[in-house]
Amino acid sequence: MSLHKPYDDVPGTTIFDADMGRLGYHLNQFCMSLMKAENRERFKAGERAYLDEWPMSEEQKQALLARDYNRMMKLGGNIYFLAKLFSTDGLSFQQAVSTMTGMSQEEYAQMMLNGGRSPEGNRYLSERAVGQEEQ
Amino acid sequence: MAKITAGVATSHVPAIGAAVDLGKQNEPYWAPVFAGYEYSKKWIAEQKPDVILLVYNDHATAFSMDLIPTFAVGCAESFSPADEGWGPRPVPTVQGHPRLAAHICQSVIQQDFDLTIVNKMDVDHGLTVPLSLLFGQPEEWPCKIIPIAVNVVLYPPPSGSRCYALGKALRKAVESFDEDLNVQIWGTGGMSHQIQGPRAGLINQDFDNAFLERLVYDPDGLAKVPHIDYVREAGSEGIELVMWLIMRGALNTEVEQKHRFYHVPASNTAVGHLILENTD
Repeated sequence: MSLHKPYDDVPGTTIFDADMGRLGYHLNQFCMSLMKAENRERFKAGERAYLDEWPMSEEQKQALLARDYNRMMKLGGNIYFLAKLFSTDGLSFQQAVSTMTGMSQEEYAQMMLNGGRSPEGNRYLSERAVGQEEQ
Repeated sequence: MAKITAGVATSHVPAIGAAVDLGKQNEPYWAPVFAGYEYSKKWIAEQKPDVILLVYNDHATAFSMDLIPTFAVGCAESFSPADEGWGPRPVPTVQGHPRLAAHICQSVIQQDFDLTIVNKMDVDHGLTVPLSLLFGQPEEWPCKIIPIAVNVVLYPPPSGSRCYALGKALRKAVESFDEDLNVQIWGTGGMSHQIQGPRAGLINQDFDNAFLERLVYDPDGLAKVPHIDYVREAGSEGIELVMWLIMRGALNTEVEQKHRFYHVPASNTAVGHLILENTD
């Protein structure tokens, strides 16, 4: 029996469940390796060569090299693992997260200061507020 | 006999830890956040807990994709602050309470909770940021801490009702410990936030404030809220709030609310904070 996923109709959201965990295993484990300073240095010195040590798909590697966080999420990445990557890049959570929203970092920061993204129109895919651009 | 005297709930946003470490508490962005903890700092200095059971989630730090325990209890002598990708936070090493931790595992497992026992792990911002908020920047943390790590990273986390029941089991365990100890339980994480995808930045103030209210006055009802409601209403990471129910389950049905604070934003999230006391 496949997993029951009531969260599939939440717009703009990827839930990191067992299926995604399997898909992203090596991508996420690569991220874990960046918790060691010497690995961060090796990665920075040659990203592609370091990535090639991990049995990831080419698509995952390309998403990673492009720092395309939405793509990485779709390919099984999880934000807490990916945090090791953007921390290595010197980005804060807010800076990295803003890249997934189609907003500039300044626009995103201002939205948060204004009280954040409203849940109105963002609960179901059928409401299509933020779901529009990705569907 | 050991006794749980109070519960604390607080968000554990990593940017709050960075603000403390970089001395930004008085900057206009951060001052309102830290103002919400002024009462709490005075309160905890008077309470002088001996041990804190600190419920938090590991953010892919101690637990990679290799091993994902649903409920894990730190039984070690000490726990070092983790390097999460930007070097460890400059905070004291956390001192555990191995004897009470072992007692808790023995008691709670025999109450039908299959806990994972952890004898070696580093602790990340999920555990250290709440300590910084309540204790500031001391040379040493002023009490022992037993980390209780809950999986909320790989879906599904434990249900609200399971968390609430775990709190009750923890209370029984503490109350059957043979040493006189003033024990607090903290539930951390939350409030509404989503830090991934095009819907990132979601904040639901109505949901958050209703959650705070129900946690104090209607925990039995709140514990029945299903995961999908948290995801839809409070964001994919808002589901961390189930951990607050572990704290609440360990307290009396009726508690005294000593302090409540809510603020938006801290980085990507809403900040919520409660102090609840058990009245005799």
